[in-house]
Amino acid sequence: MQPVSEVSGTAYPWGAKNVDTDVIIPAHWLKTIKRSGLGRGAFETVRAQPGNIFDDPAYAGAPILIAGDNFGCGSSREHAAWALADMGIRAVIAPSFSDIFSGNAFKNGIVPVVLPQEAVDRLLEVARDQPVTVDLETMTVTTPFQDRFAFELDPFRRRCLMEGLDEVGLTLAKDTVISKFEERLDHERPWIKGESGYAGVAVEGTGRT
Amino acid sequence: MSNAPRTLYEKVWDAHVVERRDDGSCLIYIDRHLVHEVTSPQAFEGLRSAGRRVRRPDLTLAVPDHNLPTTARVDAEGRELPIADRESAEQLGALRANVAEFGVPYIDALSAKQGIVHVVGPEQGFTLPGTTMVCGDSHTSAHGALGALAFGIGTSEVEHVLATQTLILSPSKTMEVRVDGTLGFGVSAKDVVLAIIGRIGAAGGTGHVIEFTGEVIRNLSIEGRLTIANMSIEGGARAGMIAPDENTFAYLKGRPMAPQGADWDRAVEWWRTLPSDAGARYDKTVVLDAANIAPVLTWGTSPEDVVPITGVVPAPDSFADPSKQEAARKSLDYMGLAPGMRMQDVPVQHVFIGSCTNSRIEDLRAAASVADGRRVAAGVRAMVVPGSGLVKRQAEAEGLDRIFTAAGFEWREPGCSMCLAMNPDKVPAGERCASTSNRNFVGRQGPGARTHLLSPAMAAAAAVTGRLADVRELMDR
Repeated sequence: MQPVSEVSGTAYPWGAKNVDTDVIIPAHWLKTIKRSGLGRGAFETVRAQPGNIFDDPAYAGAPILIAGDNFGCGSSREHAAWALADMGIRAVIAPSFSDIFSGNAFKNGIVPVVLPQEAVDRLLEVARDQPVTVDLETMTVTTPFQDRFAFELDPFRRRCLMEGLDEVGLTLAKDTVISKFEERLDHERPWIKGESGYAGVAVEGTGRT
Repeated sequence: MSNAPRTLYEKVWDAHVVERRDDGSCLIYIDRHLVHEVTSPQAFEGLRSAGRRVRRPDLTLAVPDHNLPTTARVDAEGRELPIADRESAEQLGALRANVAEFGVPYIDALSAKQGIVHVVGPEQGFTLPGTTMVCGDSHTSAHGALGALAFGIGTSEVEHVLATQTLILSPSKTMEVRVDGTLGFGVSAKDVVLAIIGRIGAAGGTGHVIEFTGEVIRNLSIEGRLTIANMSIEGGARAGMIAPDENTFAYLKGRPMAPQGADWDRAVEWWRTLPSDAGARYDKTVVLDAANIAPVLTWGTSPEDVVPITGVVPAPDSFADPSKQEAARKSLDYMGLAPGMRMQDVPVQHVFIGSCTNSRIEDLRAAASVADGRRVAAGVRAMVVPGSGLVKRQAEAEGLDRIFTAAGFEWREPGCSMCLAMNPDKVPAGERCASTSNRNFVGRQGPGARTHLLSPAMAAAAAVTGRLADVRELMDR
């Protein structure tokens, strides 16, 4: 993952509430076995409407999206984050995010910035014709009009974003502590492991057809 | 550890902490991982390109469901029929290849045990109380019905679990949703959960794990509890849990992947310690009285847009929040409805009985009892999609398939079907579907499709009347 410390530029001043991941990327785009190329399907149902914000040349290629409450609700599909990343979005500003989308965004170098509704309303107004800056170093969102809104990020996630860390690699380095936990688990809850519960395994066809 | 009273969620969380970190987050061990074809190919690709293996194949189970057409899978000679959609076929093929390469237990599309991951998990006894359970699908919350801490994850997290059998998580807040009293005539688990979402809102549970409690929840079957926990995510909660009890143990005993012999006894002993302690505190508590819950359905494009079947389409101005007013106007425009219309006057062209919310045997029984001796109305296409091959077999043994087909319903092969417009089962633009699924989002059942979420019995009532209907008028008291 590419490190990210600042996202600055045009922002889509959208503001829509309860934007679900089916709207971000409809299910028929989910048949891909790759992560790339999903920008083409991003906001397909919104873009079907004339005069939509995503096809407005004023915001073409904007790296920031400003939305309403509960952004990314619904399906867990990480394709939503991949689609946003593929269309060049590096930060989303909203009053709240769904928990799953928020996690997916972080893992794909997209900063989910939570700000109070009043701040989001102000940014929606400014972003109509002015750029917005999200700074991870100072944890602020600023505008050319001296607006300055502080936000918070989970420290570990912030570090992963700023250093572009591979979370799987980091956890694999904990192999010893995980193995120790597994030993304890085998002792305390022996029914969890496969050999116990899987007697008369329901596994059919290992795929080797 | 202190002896302070703990909730069910806190007990399960504490039992899975591998390591506490300075910032308050924890490395959490994952006991059960369900895998399907849509959210896993990029995760397996990530493992492959980094030269990593699946750490615990024995705690993992893969089943295809989202892409599979629900038409016949073999020809008269038992040969597998090809899948017409090239991309779907490729994705399903990738799952078969990945489980073989990484040695992951797998239930193939041609097995009678295949079904929707969230139906298969409990049915096989893969889902167990007190486990941590994940799947690359938001409706993983369903498994909380058995007392598991179960939640949906993205593909990067799928890769993380495959490689490490852990996740880095921060503790959630807790929310008790208590439903007191006794359910009225014609009111089902689906009505209860829709009423809950109508009350707390689509973002009401964000950042929380819900525990469903109260007399109504206690008296529900495991299948009804699965319907409730399944839709926790529609209220914004990543997970919803229900304390395991004697019904839970009776449901699990003897299932193929459930513990056996001495392990079973030890497991039950531990499971009995899991229910929330007296005096345990929740960050939030919401109480509903069953007496106020009628058969309900959705009118808009968010699962929080709930109205009793006896009600009317609400006026956007009736909402206090200006952004909700705007959202309601857009929803009504999309749904082709006008304020003040009686819900019961709204005609439907499609009926879908299925999905991980409502495709288990009790759901099919409830729908069949309404369909029995009646006919699907002219101009309505009605479809019943069992949640698994075993549900289908059971329904056929009870003669439910004959009730449905005699009434003019289509009787299909198991899969996610019309819930998400990813396989050939879709609702055409501008047409209206009474659906037992879980999401009425714009375009969810197909571009321009209009969805009303409701219970299986209500869906059957819509099928035979050709409109949204009060099922109580079709039931024997």
